[in-house]
Amino acid sequence: MIKVPRRTLNKLDRVTMPEQDPLVRATNFVEVNTGLTPEQATVEAMRCLQCKTPTCIDGCPVNIQIDQFIERVANGDIRGAADVIRMDSLLPAICGRVCPQEAQCEGTCVLDKKNKPIAIGHLERYVADTIRRYGLEPPVEPADPSGKSVAIVGSGPAGLACAADLAKSGHKVTIFEALHQPGGVLVYGIPEFRLPKDIVASEIEGLKALGVEVETNAIIGRTTTVEELLSDEGYDAVFVGVGAGLPRFLNVNGENLIGVYSANEFLTRVNLMGAYREDAETPVLDLTGKRVVVFGGGNTAMDSARTPLRLGAEEVRVAYRRTEAEMPARVEEIHHAKEEGIVFDFLVSPVELLGNDDGWLAGVRLQRMELGEPDDSGRRRPVPVEGDIYDLPADVVIVAIGNAPNPLLPATESRLEQTRWGTLAVDESTGRTTMQGVFAGGDIVTGGATVILAMGAGRVAAASIERYLESGVWDETSESASV
Amino acid sequence: MFLITEAESIAPDVRRIVVEAPKIAKKHEAGQFVIVRVTPDGERIPLTIAESNTASGSITLFVQAIGRTTTLMSELEAGDYLEDVAGPLGRASDIKDYGTAVVVGGGLGTAIAYPIACALAEAGNRVVAIVGGRSREYVLLEDQLVTQGIEVIPCTDDGSYGREGFVTDALAEVIDAGDVGVVFAAGPVPMMSAVAEVTRPKSIETIASLNPIMVDGTGMCGGCRVEVGGETKFACVDGPEFDAHQVDFHLLQRRNTSYRAFEAERMRDLESLDAEHHEQLLADVRGACEPETVT
Repeated sequence: MIKVPRRTLNKLDRVTMPEQDPLVRATNFVEVNTGLTPEQATVEAMRCLQCKTPTCIDGCPVNIQIDQFIERVANGDIRGAADVIRMDSLLPAICGRVCPQEAQCEGTCVLDKKNKPIAIGHLERYVADTIRRYGLEPPVEPADPSGKSVAIVGSGPAGLACAADLAKSGHKVTIFEALHQPGGVLVYGIPEFRLPKDIVASEIEGLKALGVEVETNAIIGRTTTVEELLSDEGYDAVFVGVGAGLPRFLNVNGENLIGVYSANEFLTRVNLMGAYREDAETPVLDLTGKRVVVFGGGNTAMDSARTPLRLGAEEVRVAYRRTEAEMPARVEEIHHAKEEGIVFDFLVSPVELLGNDDGWLAGVRLQRMELGEPDDSGRRRPVPVEGDIYDLPADVVIVAIGNAPNPLLPATESRLEQTRWGTLAVDESTGRTTMQGVFAGGDIVTGGATVILAMGAGRVAAASIERYLESGVWDETSESASV
Repeated sequence: MFLITEAESIAPDVRRIVVEAPKIAKKHEAGQFVIVRVTPDGERIPLTIAESNTASGSITLFVQAIGRTTTLMSELEAGDYLEDVAGPLGRASDIKDYGTAVVVGGGLGTAIAYPIACALAEAGNRVVAIVGGRSREYVLLEDQLVTQGIEVIPCTDDGSYGREGFVTDALAEVIDAGDVGVVFAAGPVPMMSAVAEVTRPKSIETIASLNPIMVDGTGMCGGCRVEVGGETKFACVDGPEFDAHQVDFHLLQRRNTSYRAFEAERMRDLESLDAEHHEQLLADVRGACEPETVT
């Protein structure tokens, strides 16, 4: 490796991710970020201070040995870097793209104080993409069959991570997916321009190479119940990772006008069903020249705003009831959205959706808000500015204010206790539910969260499932108490 | 892929299709539906499960060729496949002994009403099925209903068969004749709405099986929102059956027109294809055994 003096490196700015020009990308569905060049990645990795106690690792939900993988990138050892990441994360190509790094690893990077934290997410993505591009994945060595089998319900990040760990230990793993295509939120929710679907597909192909079977069109709770998986179908354990799939609506008048979508519906039509393609069989309302208002402030809201632009919308506005500082979306997504010409209306809340005589949406009535006292989450609560109400014309509204857990599965198994929020009650450290042999993790446990947290929960559950399959002991606390 | 074991035309543009789906057959209860994708790039459409046979592990679907997807599905034969079949979805009908139960089916709605009628008969009800169609050939499933011991009153708009006039006229007469405990309605939205208005003054429990646009069918998208008693419900998981006196049929009718322009355009695209290109759309789901042709 070329030796570059630290003082020189210290002068360098954080790498800038190459991306499609905003005006061009706002008209296509190709990925916005085009990926670091090898030179960029090397220099960025060299900027890393290689701290003795790397605080970035504490910021990572799955504690990737970040300093070590970056050191290998700096030395040009991409395969070695991938090996380091693989010890803790199974989906680096995905997490490098969709993790909220500024709130995690990069937020705890010591260089963050100088506003130029190492671009850990970009480097993670670079490593994963390089490995994939050149086919450098380590050969799959099937483990000796353990004779045990596990059913994974849901093929989103939690299920995929759980399946991978269990398959590597030699367990026979079957993933059950309700839709016709596996991937969960990674395929129906996150758009192609942010997470290309061939990446998700290749992760799933990787699992199949490990011997994992995927059964689509299997709605657990309907087609087969959790109980039947354990009794009739003979699985030794079940992992439930069905996500938070029940869209929340605004509860204002006019919500059922034509032109009002949940983000789930809009994104599913476009992403999973391919409504953006010329020859699509599934429709989405024609957005050419239309005005779109998106309610919400998270990543889904950003996806819901940027997608209509690519479908020809004339104007897209994001209406959020707090300010930009409180927006839960990744900083990069907000930045990209602004660059593409999305208009942000902060401190507004919907009062009513207005329709025309034919039942189509015509506009939104908004209440201006101001920030009051902090609420339970520590964020200042938005309160209405009395009398300050105004109307905006709109042809399409997309509601992206979050999802509740889908009750379909829990409702069919009374032994699975739910919390008052409708999530599944589990022991956090083991993912064990209130029903013997059944584990859970991801958004069905936490409510709407992130891909990396779901993946982490899937792995925690996988480790716990391993212990259960080996010992047959369900109540670990009583076991340890009796020792 | 799901193997089609039987396929036949039972009326102009209406096909009866039996498909192997053992897990769904085992779970099916009257009133439930499946989501079907006909081809690998196809849209997801809801279809009521008309019958299930646990012995053969199959379910029966009826499809009317009214749009692109249903037209393509209608061209499939025994030995072909459906790309995806997922279910059973939705809540089961509330089947119990109501005394006398009237089931009203209009057009393809009779295929939705059919399993409900059979289940009601089995539960000990006297079941009267009022089956409406434009003309004689659109009166569906009369023989099958009669075989189940169900009294059938066929009605046609043009008087070519059975009673001339609307199903609601026949319904009013059945109600006048005696103690009707419940009315189930399935068919075009205006018909279901009209049925609700016939029974409302008499306070007869009336249940409509709603047919909104759906995508996933599992409660994930909310595209199938309907208003019942002023509350928003998801027809796919809260229904598809609701108290007809509480349903906002006007809203349902409107929402069902959301994609009319797109649907018409895709249908025109299909019609403009020559036979070879048309057939190519089904290439992936055509089975090894070609339909028998007379040479």
